[in-house]
Amino acid sequence: MNLGIDLLGRLTVHALFNGPIVAIGQVTMVLVALAAAAALTYFKRWRWLWKEWLTSLDPKRIGVMYLVVAFAMLLRGISDAAMIRLQQATSVGTSHGFLSSDHFQQVFSAHGSIMIFFVGMGFMFGLINLIVPLQIGARDVAFPFINALSFWLFVAGMLLINTSLMIGDFSAAGWLAYPPLSELKYSPGVGVDYWIWSLQIAGVGSLLSGINFTTTILKMRRAGMTLMKMPMFVWSVLGSMSLVMFAFPILTVTLALLALDRSLGMHFFTADFGGNPMMYVNLIWAWGHPEVYILILPAFGVFSEVVATFSRKRLFGYTSMVWAIWAIVLLSFIVWLHHFFTMGAGADVNAFFGIMTMIIAVPTGVKLFNWLFTMYRGRIKFATPMLWFLGFVVIFTIGGMAGVLLAIPPADFQLHNSLFLVAHFHMMIVGGVLFGYFAGLTYWFPKIFGFTLHEGLGKCAFWCWAGGFVLAFTPLYILGLMGATRRLDHYDASLGWQPLFIVAGVGVAIVIAGIGFQVLQLVVSVIQRKQHLDSTGDPWNGRTLEWATSSPPPAYNFAHLTPVNSRDAFWESKHTKAKKSEEEYEVISLPKNTGIPIYIAAFAFCIGFAFVWHITWLGLVGVVGILGCIIIRSNDEHPEHDLSAARVEKLEKIAKRKYA
Amino acid sequence: MSEVVTTGQNTPQIEMTDKTTLGFWIYLMTDCVLFASLFATYAVLHTNTFGGPSGKELFNLSFVLIETLILLTSSFSCGLTILAVRKRNNALAQTWLSVTFLLGILFLLLELSEFRHLVVEGNSWRRSGFLSAYFTLVGTHGLHITAGLLWLAVLRWNLLKRGLTDITAKRLTMFSLFWHFLDLIWIFIFSIVYLFGVIGV
Amino acid sequence: MSKQTIETTVSSRNYVVGFLGSLVLTIIAFVLVQHHMFSKWILVWMVAILAGSQFILQLIYFMHLGREPKPRWKLAVFIFMLGVVIIVVAGSLWIMTNLNYRMLNSPQQINRYIQSQDGL
Repeated sequence: MNLGIDLLGRLTVHALFNGPIVAIGQVTMVLVALAAAAALTYFKRWRWLWKEWLTSLDPKRIGVMYLVVAFAMLLRGISDAAMIRLQQATSVGTSHGFLSSDHFQQVFSAHGSIMIFFVGMGFMFGLINLIVPLQIGARDVAFPFINALSFWLFVAGMLLINTSLMIGDFSAAGWLAYPPLSELKYSPGVGVDYWIWSLQIAGVGSLLSGINFTTTILKMRRAGMTLMKMPMFVWSVLGSMSLVMFAFPILTVTLALLALDRSLGMHFFTADFGGNPMMYVNLIWAWGHPEVYILILPAFGVFSEVVATFSRKRLFGYTSMVWAIWAIVLLSFIVWLHHFFTMGAGADVNAFFGIMTMIIAVPTGVKLFNWLFTMYRGRIKFATPMLWFLGFVVIFTIGGMAGVLLAIPPADFQLHNSLFLVAHFHMMIVGGVLFGYFAGLTYWFPKIFGFTLHEGLGKCAFWCWAGGFVLAFTPLYILGLMGATRRLDHYDASLGWQPLFIVAGVGVAIVIAGIGFQVLQLVVSVIQRKQHLDSTGDPWNGRTLEWATSSPPPAYNFAHLTPVNSRDAFWESKHTKAKKSEEEYEVISLPKNTGIPIYIAAFAFCIGFAFVWHITWLGLVGVVGILGCIIIRSNDEHPEHDLSAARVEKLEKIAKRKYA
Repeated sequence: MSEVVTTGQNTPQIEMTDKTTLGFWIYLMTDCVLFASLFATYAVLHTNTFGGPSGKELFNLSFVLIETLILLTSSFSCGLTILAVRKRNNALAQTWLSVTFLLGILFLLLELSEFRHLVVEGNSWRRSGFLSAYFTLVGTHGLHITAGLLWLAVLRWNLLKRGLTDITAKRLTMFSLFWHFLDLIWIFIFSIVYLFGVIGV
Repeated sequence: MSKQTIETTVSSRNYVVGFLGSLVLTIIAFVLVQHHMFSKWILVWMVAILAGSQFILQLIYFMHLGREPKPRWKLAVFIFMLGVVIIVVAGSLWIMTNLNYRMLNSPQQINRYIQSQDGL
């Protein structure tokens, strides 16, 4: 029916039907969504969800929401990983596995994109939101509205990437979508557009958070907390956010240029008309390398907290740890070419970046030794967070050594894009980033939720993860050295690779069991929560200020903003006979709830969806909508509400009574 | 966005201004990196004319000089706006703000006519890598100007309807930082794109 | 303290100096190039220095960089940004020039190829 206006662009009903395997994914997502909606309706919690969680500007709430989304996306990402392993274990010789080539390419592209942008960044921002304001002794972040907006933009990006599973295809060009493959000529479908806009929208959220948390850390520390008295986790976040601030604009530009090539016929990266695909590789890695340090630095920060607490010793070499962070931050901007040694640069260029890459291993080594020195002569408690650290030490060191090998250009010429490389970076990201954030989650869980996690199940989860992971990736080192490249959907039987792929597949199955234990741990801990309440607010005998609050902390974090005068401020106050002066309570101002971040993100989603399917009117609605929301918000003259001193006093008394 | 009195050492007003100013300044720094990426792309691609015309053949320096002087003057009038704001003179602030707006619109119209001329002659962004890079770099600056003008209009309306409140004064200060920043970027655009282009680098 | 500092020390003099200085620097640059008063590379350096000077002038007189009391966070972030920008721009140019030459992708090589093949 011709209505004269183009309502749906290139979207047709055929976009919903992509074969039986995709259908399983579609049905699963729909069922999960329906189950959630049903539960909310049955328990009459819609209003509660909106008021207590979705519209909240409390970073503690936002942090939990980040973690929930990240964990959900971990399930999606690991499903993709399982499919990759299954395909590669079975697609030998005459068999071609169960995935078509195109589908396989979409699966590994989705796997990488989701794990980095939505699992890694999600866990990271979740922990940062939850812990940084508490650790610096503040009540909130610098810009609470923008903080919420960052989260909802993250959600919009996540929804867009999941929509690609429901409607249409995803990109088949890998997690970084190199041109010319990602250009219109070789990827005319919607997949690459979904990839571009999902990352672009989430990327804006990340950039805003970078600005927000840098300002928060620089400007909102408790009186007396000089920079050199901050907890190491806060230092690591400051380093990471500095990287976010200056790396993400490069990603924004690069994605935009690719989008311009695809939508307006420009020639930045096309193979003809004066385009230069190598420039894309250069730019995307100028962002991409800092990105991996963005992910790992806060994980290092978590380890600093965990190792000190569970060795019952203060962190060894605080000053050198700070210098190591900034050495890593600065160096991470001058190594990016090591991702494309084989693209054809001369020996001088390759040598410079190779040397810089080897140098950047040094500050990381400094940190590792400082943690080990912290443990030396400590009284170590092997609680689950500490186990995650020990797993990290083994896995990250092995992967790191592989990295130093890869830093040598001639070696890299043999190993670039082989499974050796794949094993290296997974050991970094899983062994480093993910284990770090799991350590943080298990460490800070009681603070966030008010009850402790089941230790036994946590240990089971760890051993499955660690053992399964090593089993999954050690074969890949061997395969890489035997000549196996990445992203293979089929190989010859005579190569003799299949047994190794089968072992790797078993490894992933054990990892999935580990995730099962994590889910079980969560469920069991929630059921048993009343028996395991954190009644002191300090279940681990911690050292830093977040443990000086109730569990969970009140909305305002601290009733009194008493100045501090040492590192490990909480530890000091526990062990010195400080006179407890009865300070007066004061009025506390907190941001009001607002739905506007959600609406802005919804309009951003519209823009992304419109670009993918070429629906012009929807794109315009999105732009106008966002502008309208910003103007409406700017006209809000009273975005805060006050808690009277009497109310604060009452809330404090209730919290103390819980602990009596 | 406010912070409560700590132990009486700093007044909330100054804490608030500092935090917001720093945050906005940091945003401007990230925008600098954004433009730097576009400049890097332009630098790498500007000789990829694919047989088509280069900047030397296309750019009209007198026209660009007029654009430059208009933008520079608008940066000046923006500064005068802030001086009026500091003296709490609402009428004067509104006047200089309107001048800034008109100069900004004029700049934009001139730039659009420059673009239109190129497109009509067959030298659009589809012609070559050089032209893609040119239109995107200069066009991104133009988009920032457009966003700035929109912001300016909202602030102007606020001055009219609500008078010179503390919040509007703070926002005008942020706006002036943004507007000056855009003139700073333009210095690099007219030097690297236009002047270097005509020199033949 | 910073609010008070800006209030008392920023006057119309700042903006007039910034404006007139920028005006002069801009017009000099344009005149030099319009009339091609020097050889190519000397012109390039002159334009670069004029642009850099105007950049610093406007930073100080329009954006009041350097006026903040300690800790000078705005200055620190600015310097960090400058470092990143130099690395990204110079690094990209070095890398891409090297690659273009070695991968036979530099404009000169492309033009030579176009000529030898009688078109593309």
